[in-house]
Amino acid sequence: MAEIETFYEVMRRQGITRRSFMKYCSLTAAALGLGPSFVPKIAHAMETKPRTPVIWVNGLECTCCSESFIRGAHPLAKDVVLSMISLDYSHTLMAAAGHAAEAALEDTIEKYKGNYILAVEGNPPLNEDGMYCIVGGKPFVDQLRHAAKDAKAVIAWGACASYGCVQAAAPNPTQATPVHKVITDKPIIKVPGCPPIAEVMTGVITYMLTFDRLPELDRQGRPKMFYSQRIHDKCYRRPHFDAGQFVEEWDDEYARKGYCLYKMGCKGPTTYNACSTVRWNEGVSFPIQSGHGCIGCSEDGFWDQGGFYDRLTTVKQFGVEATADQMGIAAAGAVGAGIAAHIAASALKSAQRKKQDSEEV
Amino acid sequence: MTDTRANIHVPNPDAPTPLEAARLTGGARPEDIESLRMQAAVYVYEVPVRVWHWVNALAITVLIVTGYLIGSPPPTVEISEATNQFVFGYIRFAHFAAAMVMTVAFIARIYWAFVGNRHARQLFYIPFWRLRWWKELIFEARWYAFLEKEPKKYIGHNPLAHFAMFFFITLGMTFMIFTGFALYAEGAGQGSIYDQLFGWVIGLAGNTQRLHTLHHLGMWAIALFAVIHIYAAIREDIMSRQSMITTIISGWRTFKDDRVE
Repeated sequence: MAEIETFYEVMRRQGITRRSFMKYCSLTAAALGLGPSFVPKIAHAMETKPRTPVIWVNGLECTCCSESFIRGAHPLAKDVVLSMISLDYSHTLMAAAGHAAEAALEDTIEKYKGNYILAVEGNPPLNEDGMYCIVGGKPFVDQLRHAAKDAKAVIAWGACASYGCVQAAAPNPTQATPVHKVITDKPIIKVPGCPPIAEVMTGVITYMLTFDRLPELDRQGRPKMFYSQRIHDKCYRRPHFDAGQFVEEWDDEYARKGYCLYKMGCKGPTTYNACSTVRWNEGVSFPIQSGHGCIGCSEDGFWDQGGFYDRLTTVKQFGVEATADQMGIAAAGAVGAGIAAHIAASALKSAQRKKQDSEEV
Repeated sequence: MTDTRANIHVPNPDAPTPLEAARLTGGARPEDIESLRMQAAVYVYEVPVRVWHWVNALAITVLIVTGYLIGSPPPTVEISEATNQFVFGYIRFAHFAAAMVMTVAFIARIYWAFVGNRHARQLFYIPFWRLRWWKELIFEARWYAFLEKEPKKYIGHNPLAHFAMFFFITLGMTFMIFTGFALYAEGAGQGSIYDQLFGWVIGLAGNTQRLHTLHHLGMWAIALFAVIHIYAAIREDIMSRQSMITTIISGWRTFKDDRVE
């Protein structure tokens, strides 16, 4: 593999100084939760290891993952990864188009067989033989299977690839299917979010390069270092939650005071992501800090959990739409009315029996 | 079928007339003495079963009230700065504490099913393959539907009650314990003992918002069971042929008549 450049060489070619490179290494170590002793290790890996080829394929998606990715907080991360990707195959970022682009994909698969990482943005629709998403004249699901066959590992970028996102929301007419249900024989790293945070995306790739292995994953296949805690666990408004101080209306005094958005349907308590620590746009803010509840975009089926602004999920069964409480109260009312009627009937029946008994005697 | 009008009671003709003191003070009339001859009692619920019943009832009450409030919190209160105020925290604490008590009590109750008397085991299985049991269940349902003139006598739970308790308490509480501890594991954090024991439930549900909804529906199922259970116990205490409410206090089942069936 001598012909493949290292990351460091790519960076230097892009005009990045060694000083900036070292800064990138220390920031990445910090983002991954590693100690200062790991900075030279990262630098060493970047300098010596041949860069990992990445094939980036796009299925049913909105490109928000790519958009997030190229806005990495540290400009170098963007440069590294952009140069890395544009060299291989990526619909939205590469210069080539048409047959040339498809030829590049075949070249990469052939050249780096078993060594490249397949990054999937979006998911394949399986209905109508996959005809809802065509890439280069063929269903996307075929391209995905073909590219995954010789991949070292698969990264499922975003909620689409990880869980299905909006195109898989009920009733899912195209049968959009997350990657792990199509590719079952490769290690898959889910990096959910709509989109995932840029630093999380570059962090995952850098980790894989530095340590030459997949990051530690949780039960759902997400990197533990970014998805092991809920938004709620590290939310700066958490003290207001424990105190019982909630925003009651969007324009009330409590909203101005920055109270907890739990009652406004914030999904922070059920969402695993790094937003409340890493934040967005170079650490500027994140939804809750901007006064809007979390919508739970990095969770499985987040489009089907009722309204974004409701605490309790609406349950759609038998054609009615109600929360657990509405269903419970209706059932309690029915049971209460039933009991009342039963008491009346019991009293009548026993009065009737007494009368009969006394007549018999 | 057995003759349901025949009596179990065999009088002891040599016995003297009982309750001399009560008779002489006027507290016991001849018909009271006659009623006394027919009375019979069986010791059904041992102390641990009775204690568990009431601890469980109290814990479930706390869990339902606090659980509802966790889903729909009370209005915002501003007693003090958020650092010094813990209103919602205390509601959640009460929920978790009651859940711990309920779970430990349930485990103790399962243990007692092994070492206690045969009635202590009734809660944990239903004789699914026994046709007669299903027939008796239908009979009891017909009694509730006013289609039978008079209920039968039972020592333990009647088949209908047995069925309801198995599904709502044994299975229902198990469901609530598993989903509840999975939700608790979220706060306790990955790698915690709760996560190691119950974290897999989160994996089954995928999104924990879904798990919250299921747990919430389970709460309503148990609340409805409690309402029906209390009504049925009071009604049976009045209208059936055996004691109900005193039985879960003293453990003794008494009968109001001495007929065979």
